[in-house]
Amino acid sequence: MYSEKVMEHFMNPRNQGEIENPDGVGEVGNPKCGDIMKIFLKVKDDRIEDVQFQTFGCGAAVASSSMATELIKGKTLEEAWDLSNKAVAEALGGLPPVKMHCSVLAEEGIHKAINDYRVKQGLELWKEKPGASHAHADDACEI
Amino acid sequence: MTGRRLVYMDHAATTPAAPEIVEAMLPYFTERFGNPSSIYGIARESKAAIDTAREQVAHAINASPEEIYITSGGTESDNWAIKGVAYAHRKRGKRIITSAIEHHAVLHTCQYLERQGFEVTYLPVDEFGRVSLSALADAITDETILVSIMAANNEIGTLEPIADCARICRERGVYFHTDAVQAIGSVPVDVRAQDVDLLSLSAHKFYGPKGIGALYIRKGVRLDNLLHGGSQEQRHRAGTENLAGIVGMGAAIERAVGRQEEYARRLTSLRKRLLSGIMERIEHVRLNGHPTERLPGNLNCSFEFIEGEGMLLLLDHAGVAASTGSACTSGSLEPSHVLLAIGLEHATAHGSLRLTLGESNTEADVDYVLEALPPIVERLRTMSPLYADYRRSCNVQ
Ligand SMILES: Cc1ncc(COP(=O)(O)O)c(C=O)c1O
Repeated sequence: MYSEKVMEHFMNPRNQGEIENPDGVGEVGNPKCGDIMKIFLKVKDDRIEDVQFQTFGCGAAVASSSMATELIKGKTLEEAWDLSNKAVAEALGGLPPVKMHCSVLAEEGIHKAINDYRVKQGLELWKEKPGASHAHADDACEI
Repeated sequence: MTGRRLVYMDHAATTPAAPEIVEAMLPYFTERFGNPSSIYGIARESKAAIDTAREQVAHAINASPEEIYITSGGTESDNWAIKGVAYAHRKRGKRIITSAIEHHAVLHTCQYLERQGFEVTYLPVDEFGRVSLSALADAITDETILVSIMAANNEIGTLEPIADCARICRERGVYFHTDAVQAIGSVPVDVRAQDVDLLSLSAHKFYGPKGIGALYIRKGVRLDNLLHGGSQEQRHRAGTENLAGIVGMGAAIERAVGRQEEYARRLTSLRKRLLSGIMERIEHVRLNGHPTERLPGNLNCSFEFIEGEGMLLLLDHAGVAASTGSACTSGSLEPSHVLLAIGLEHATAHGSLRLTLGESNTEADVDYVLEALPPIVERLRTMSPLYADYRRSCNVQ
């Protein structure tokens, strides 16, 4: 059911852990849907110096967190913000349709962590691009 | 962990056909291929083989051979029993009672009937998954035509008090159906002693082939046909018989019921070893289902702070085949309706693991799982933000 890439990231997750005194944190998802993702950021000169994640969820959720953090590490905040859930899913060699919401969760987690950083810096929040193609992760799970 | 070991602990999903069962079936694909409805010699041989199998099934559940109707499995039997009674008795009443923890073969059939204008009551269950007899008695009205309560639950293994349910239904003049798909071969089943009107069974759960099963219909119970066509199965279930499958089911049920007591004893002891081993080695675990009134081979536990699919993938990597009630394997995002019905929080339901023991399992298998599981749970907890929150709350206190 999963691609080799998904399994590889699930078995050997990158950036899994916690950052002490992070510059930004984003937690998304809820136990009802069976997925919770938490993203920790360390930011220096507008760049993501370090990123770590914690995930409660299925194989696809863990792999999406792992891949997404790998893709944004070392990137500028703007670049990280532009990472789409589709790009995460593609980098994983595709996700089963019922698991696409896991990649959405990763994108949302990153956005939330970046905005948390921006609030702490006294900066204005970045807004989701109008017409952003992704479904909100929670839409997939009726709460 | 050296070498690739396969420990199959998903016998509630399906069982392997026993070699002697396959052996018994083989001639019926080739030289004994005759259509039982024809009149020449090899056709009569096929007819005789079906008669024998029907007797074996009847004997196993203490029914008469004319009360056994062969179907394509548990799903068809459940559909037939429920739709068949509903349509045959709709003039008398349109109410059906079942439980909240039935298999989807029953639940989705009932939901379909609701769309056809029937009214269905889904009885709640207690924390162990047992229906309440007084709730059943209270739910029956003059318009109730059928009660369907499973003999044993496929996820949490809880045994339902079907003889008591049947007695209440008999007193009130309502038909009683039981889905005994998980029960056959594991616990005693006797349609006379338990006084049931309709009973579903499926061969692949007791070391027979897949795609074959039966519906017991007590003599005198009237129900509409589900499949229309030829005059097979006493004109009640059309279609050229799955000859080899029927032979396999007959041989398998005789074998399974013949060794039921010993099987139950052996699996109960393995299950207890598995459960106490898990409880000793892992913290924050909850047993799902009834502590004693359960299928001998069924163990279902929830591991707090983690999600079931991750456990399955890592167990699979270690060569252990198991199952979970987490959403991730159901194709939806909702966890198992059974685990929610016994009152589990969503997160706890997502963290369930079902290990179902069977013939092939040994103490060494159990010990292997007990070695493989703790580091898997530990690894997933290390990854889990819920566990991190829990640890933090402990440190604060
Ligand atoms: C309790 C119960 N009922 C019905 C079924 C469906 O049986 P079958 O797979 O033979 O259609 C199953 C098996 O999955 C079951 O466990």
